[in-house]
Amino acid sequence: MKLLSALLVLIPGILLSQPLDPALLTKPLAESWPTYSGDYSGKRYSSLKQINQGNVRNLTLAWAARVTAGAGGGGGRGGFGFGGGGAPTIVGGEGTTDTGGGNGANIRASILEVNGTLYLSTPDNAWAVDARDGHELWHYFWKTKGGTHIGNRGLAMWGNWLYLETPDDYLVCLDAKTGKERWHKEIANFNQQYFSTMAPVVIGNHVLTGTGNDLDEPGYVTARDPETGDVQWTFYTVPMKKGDPGLETWGSLDGARHGAGNVWIPGTYDPETHYYIVGTGNPSPAYTNPPSRAGDDLYTCSIVAINVDTGKMAWYYQLNPHDTHDWDSTETPILIDGDFNGKPRKMVLHADRNGYFYTLDRITGEHLVTSKFAESVNWAKEINAKGQPVRDVSKDSTVPGSLVSPNNGGATNWPPPAYSPDTGLFYVPSNDAYAMYYLTETDPRGAMGLGGKEEDGLGSLGSFLTAIDYKTGKVAWRHRYPGTGGNLGNGMLTTAGRLLFAGDIAGNLVAYDPANGKILWHTRLGNVSNAPETYLLDGHQYILVAAGDTLYSFTLY
Amino acid sequence: MIAAPYAKILLLLSIALPVAAQGPPQAPPAAPAGRRGGGGGGGGVFPQHTPSDPAAVERGKALYGVHCNFCHGSDARGGEGGPNLLRSELVLNDKSGEAIAMVVQNGKGEMPKLNLSSEQVSDIAAYIHSFRVGGYDVSRMIPPSILVGDAGAGEATFKTKCASCHSPTGDLKGIASKITDPKLLQNGFLMPGGGGRGGRGGRGGSPFNVPPTTVTVTLASGEKATGRLVRIDDFVVTLTDSDNAQRTFRRDGDVPKVEIHDPLQPHKALLPTYTDKQIHDLTSYLVTLK
Repeated sequence: MKLLSALLVLIPGILLSQPLDPALLTKPLAESWPTYSGDYSGKRYSSLKQINQGNVRNLTLAWAARVTAGAGGGGGRGGFGFGGGGAPTIVGGEGTTDTGGGNGANIRASILEVNGTLYLSTPDNAWAVDARDGHELWHYFWKTKGGTHIGNRGLAMWGNWLYLETPDDYLVCLDAKTGKERWHKEIANFNQQYFSTMAPVVIGNHVLTGTGNDLDEPGYVTARDPETGDVQWTFYTVPMKKGDPGLETWGSLDGARHGAGNVWIPGTYDPETHYYIVGTGNPSPAYTNPPSRAGDDLYTCSIVAINVDTGKMAWYYQLNPHDTHDWDSTETPILIDGDFNGKPRKMVLHADRNGYFYTLDRITGEHLVTSKFAESVNWAKEINAKGQPVRDVSKDSTVPGSLVSPNNGGATNWPPPAYSPDTGLFYVPSNDAYAMYYLTETDPRGAMGLGGKEEDGLGSLGSFLTAIDYKTGKVAWRHRYPGTGGNLGNGMLTTAGRLLFAGDIAGNLVAYDPANGKILWHTRLGNVSNAPETYLLDGHQYILVAAGDTLYSFTLY
Repeated sequence: MIAAPYAKILLLLSIALPVAAQGPPQAPPAAPAGRRGGGGGGGGVFPQHTPSDPAAVERGKALYGVHCNFCHGSDARGGEGGPNLLRSELVLNDKSGEAIAMVVQNGKGEMPKLNLSSEQVSDIAAYIHSFRVGGYDVSRMIPPSILVGDAGAGEATFKTKCASCHSPTGDLKGIASKITDPKLLQNGFLMPGGGGRGGRGGRGGSPFNVPPTTVTVTLASGEKATGRLVRIDDFVVTLTDSDNAQRTFRRDGDVPKVEIHDPLQPHKALLPTYTDKQIHDLTSYLVTLK
């Protein structure tokens, strides 16, 4: 790690790595950031308001710190080396490959802040960093067997232990004080082409994991014992044997068992009902329609509520029956309590990669609202009585080509959305992109995985920060990023200081008025790569964001 | 420029015969025009790479998984945005990573450059070359022609949607002779240049000559600056002026006034208006403009 701040006053050993108080996890988001979304609700709404609309114009850099991935990161060279930022690199792993090359670290993770220490991750790497000045405390590096290294969404914490998923499908438990490995457990079969990017989530005495897969293997959520890593229960998102519910929505049991529905973004949790509420991925094969997956393909592209004590499903709502465009529904479901049609309701809000926004009752799964949040979306012919968009089969991939919006990347994707109870608005990055989808696999057995199609991008008609009224699903306001096209923007943070923070598509971290999108402050970092977060230390509020391999922390002086 | 290599690839691929090694037999696809010879047997027709050192293939497989898998797919036939590598002319011509290294180490189009050594690329190449490229895999068959439209209806659509800017006897004269791949032609009339940054998985370079996007900045003083648009966000706009120097202007809301002239705007405005039938009809019409 290289410290970029001009002044390096290192005071080591102060208040290092105290254990996480589990009570923090059930409280609304304030001083700390102890889990993926900050708290269990997924709102990414902090009650901190020291930084607010009146003073955000004075927000300034407190420190910046760069991390170096790989066995050579942190100055160490295998084993316990010292150098660079002075932090040891601890090397583990079942493989032999050092992934330190390539494009360097790209931090797409949520970063934990607990008792003055930040815990962050990239594929195969975890770091502890002092939240006051960014100096590195330790670095853990996992030598990999391979697998898709597209990103890592963050760590989970339980007491003194941290949990990291690796691309080659291990759950690694680290000692938060030292970065030393306690154990690792295989959580999916690497030979079946699973790859793991998800941030685990700790709920009570359960560590919940999920994995990705771009072949045809079934998706599942597993609960493990935080002390030993032993399996407590496994919930499959597709039917796995005769008699399983939902099998009637597949053409065959084999089709269901190879139907994907992978879970790769953490869900949210309702402490009252003990429901872990999570979005599931697309059915597979993703673009072709073999008879083996004729039907709605439950429980892919759904929100499912799983009782965290038993692993049994309490309810489900399928957002996108029989998806044919690889539009996962894993985007964070946000849990809110609010008014709906004049009555208080406990709800789930979800903006889907397919371009539709949904409001559901989170106790029962009852559907309340469906709306289109990206204007260009053209793949559905109607909304049915259950509130589900009904796919226009002519917009599947076809031999002569189908013009479809959104593109495969989606109207939105993994970047975390946010919700502010002050405005009643849901905030999400969105993209009006088109692509031609050509069917290249005319074998009626379909393709495997993502095969069988060619997607040719036609660009975007606009990239936006979109604010949605959950009661109606209507877009309350939209900020269009300037330019002639654009990619999807970054994740969101809202605060009680009446601020909305997000990285735009040009590399700026921007503070907006959440009521109307008015710009209040910005700084250009070049490549914002995760969703901003906030924490409070020594009476000072910080705004934390990552840009590629560098952390930036801002505060008021 | 781009059409020729594509035509060559199509020709190369068209001589692969499917081998029903993986399941029930099925009718082979209609033979595309230009087909010649007969492969059969899944080998012998194409020069297969001699098997590499298994250790190199294993190393390459791990590296491929880390650096290439997501975009190019676990079977190298294309994944999230990246093209199929197995039928790439560059990969077909590559011997032991030397051509692949040029792309990997320098980047190309939407592909970023990767900091991998020549030895590492050589291992990746060994892995990619370990796939049989011949027609053993039925999913690698060339699908039927995309030309299913009605050229007459396409001509009528051309008159209503395209003729205000383009002419079959003017700028588009002989377009189908220059661009012989109907898919390139179809994608190209929808969005010449492939859609730029928002696009994913485009087919590489475009044979269409798209003029650059320009911008005019009008300062409070009344001074105007015009040039090629380099970048714009909510806070600055940068252009390249006639001296080829970059000028950046601070933006505060509507001041200064910024007008972007996007040559593709008419194509973008048309996107939401097409039916797929109109697209297919237009393509069937455009291929007649030899």
